[in-house]
Amino acid sequence: MMGKNLTMLQAITEALDQMLGHDDRVMILGEDIGVNGGVFRATEGLYEKYGKDRVVDTPLAESGIIGSAIGLALNGMLPIVEIQFLAFIYPGFEQLVSHAARMRYRTRGQFGVPLVIRTPYGAGIRGPELHSESVETFFAHTPGLKVVAPSNPYDAKGLLISALEDPDPVIFLEPTKLYRAFKEEVPDEMYRIPIGQAKVVQEGSDLTIFAWGAMLREALNAAKRIEAEKGWKCEVVDLRTLYPLDRDAIVQSIKKTGRALIVHEAHKTAGLGAEIISIINDEALIYLKAPIKRVTGFDVPVPPFTIEDHYLPTVDRVKQGIVETLSF
Amino acid sequence: MKQHLITDRKTNKNILGCYFMTVQNLGKFAKQIYLKGRNEMEKTGNPIMKAHSSGVEPEMFRVLTPDGEMIEAIDGKIDKSLMLKMYESMLLLRTFDRKSINLQRQGRIGTYAPFEGQEASQAGSALALSAGDWMFPTYRDHGAAIIHGQELYRVFLYWMAHFDGSICPEGKRILPPSVPIATQMVHAVGTAWASKLKGEKNVSIAYFGDGATSEGDFHEALNFAGVYKTPTIFFCQNNGYAISVPFEKQSASKTISQRAAAYDIHGVRVDGNDIFAVWMTVKEAVERALKGEGPTLIEAITFRYGAHTTADNPNIYRDQDEISTFWRENRDPITRLRKYLNKEGHWNEEQEELVLKQFNELIDAHLKKAEAYPKSDPLEMFNHVYAEETWHLKEQKQELNQILRKGGKK
Repeated sequence: MMGKNLTMLQAITEALDQMLGHDDRVMILGEDIGVNGGVFRATEGLYEKYGKDRVVDTPLAESGIIGSAIGLALNGMLPIVEIQFLAFIYPGFEQLVSHAARMRYRTRGQFGVPLVIRTPYGAGIRGPELHSESVETFFAHTPGLKVVAPSNPYDAKGLLISALEDPDPVIFLEPTKLYRAFKEEVPDEMYRIPIGQAKVVQEGSDLTIFAWGAMLREALNAAKRIEAEKGWKCEVVDLRTLYPLDRDAIVQSIKKTGRALIVHEAHKTAGLGAEIISIINDEALIYLKAPIKRVTGFDVPVPPFTIEDHYLPTVDRVKQGIVETLSF
Repeated sequence: MKQHLITDRKTNKNILGCYFMTVQNLGKFAKQIYLKGRNEMEKTGNPIMKAHSSGVEPEMFRVLTPDGEMIEAIDGKIDKSLMLKMYESMLLLRTFDRKSINLQRQGRIGTYAPFEGQEASQAGSALALSAGDWMFPTYRDHGAAIIHGQELYRVFLYWMAHFDGSICPEGKRILPPSVPIATQMVHAVGTAWASKLKGEKNVSIAYFGDGATSEGDFHEALNFAGVYKTPTIFFCQNNGYAISVPFEKQSASKTISQRAAAYDIHGVRVDGNDIFAVWMTVKEAVERALKGEGPTLIEAITFRYGAHTTADNPNIYRDQDEISTFWRENRDPITRLRKYLNKEGHWNEEQEELVLKQFNELIDAHLKKAEAYPKSDPLEMFNHVYAEETWHLKEQKQELNQILRKGGKK
């Protein structure tokens, strides 16, 4: 299997390129994604290669973009929408929730909306206001949508291809902070990572850290340091898909470690951490040796970037959480 | 004003004719009719008239006067058989609508949104479409959906709150009624865009009301359609009221069709109670769309005789009796065409009775079918959320199933 060392951004571009080349029905729509190649350059070179009808610079209107993409999908196209930043999706929220998520249901399977919405999300990039949100809960709470959040280049490509091939609308959350953070080997071919499958990134026996997106790095770094300092071995699980959650992977790991820490940068209240705790409560309560701890973003709007690092879970906060859970 | 014109390509004559003259330039006879109508409308407090501070009614394409006089040439575009189809379609819809209101009162269907008074707009527009054209109706446009091929029993099922009431016949492209206002307009841009990309000769039509024109999606849809020149028809039934809010409170625009100019797309204002005018306008828009000339915004002036829904009381916000009597007596779309057909010797009382009897039987048969239709199984709620059931749904379905079994309700 041949591959290249790619950043997450490059892996996404490669996936988009291959999908456009693979299937004539694929179209990419978004603001500044054509000539400009996207504000993060995720679609760089694709406009030149596939033309204006397939890599479409749209008017600046998220409801119009998502709404017309719903129509395109109804009529046989496979649209991939780029929303410039997750917080910009709100004008198109009604289209997602009231239509994309419900079309299959309302028509009893007669019409589906195979639509992918890609959007950078998360803080830590020194972004202006409303460029750093992590509101995956909105979408995971909406029946009819699937939500995916890769944490590395390899998963990003494989999940994006799966998202496109999924018959239902998929919200594809790309952690902005990781876009160019590191490179890893990404196979040249089109491969798939199934939606709904978590991955044990690091095996351990003392505690499980559940994380996704940009928080994976914090989780891994904290696990490494705690092992060096205290000798505790943490298992780290990358959830990868936020709806539907991989319950089996969650439960299996808890049965093994008996302790859990959840790290997410979304606000704490009604964040997906609560859902994971609930799964453990339902399925693995008797295996627990300590209360489950959450290390999350605070219940405040993401603050200005000068202090955003204090909003985000840090390695130190994660470490502290591990210590508290293991010394219970 | 150029974008408002409809031109008859054969004669190269502007078929909007006198409606683009100023009132001063109207012929004496036309002026009498015009002013009489205006005074009558003002007397009844018609918001569509009141909205115009200039006091001059904006131009409106009309072929048949309310008295059934043909004032515009139809140049053989509408033959006798189509005229009869138009008439019968409107009769069918009115019969269906009245029946539905009664059924709601009897508790046999749920809250219902009536369209009586708007039959010419709905039937006329739908009859101008081809079988494979995409239709995006609202909850008040089941008239259009029926004429485009939706089955009557399905429409009953929809108002009975049955899951299967939103399914359209195989091969048809009639989407479920849109409940959120104006949102479906952008879908009609998308489907039309795909038709264009695939080289398919189909248009997409979106139905909406005057209230929808205040929504952001109205703007986004018109703008997108203009940019990509999609074969979309935006068909606005301006019935003067968005539930209780009259158009003059909705917008300072004198007309809705004039908004087309802002997007550099075609805009037409048409008498929505004149089925000939509606049909010709939509037909023209279809032809233009299929020639690659892009979208059309059509404003059809009409009036809903009844309430917004069976849960609404129009007496609160308008002089319901007076205004609906005015429209019924002076502007009714069915009476208008009947007068014309009678004069032409195409229609008589006997035919009317016979057809009405047939329609009543047809509707009753469909009602019977809907009422005999297997009730929604509660477990059906878990189906079609996703193409493939997630573990959550499988388990929750199981959970409800056990409750149902225990309760002996299943």
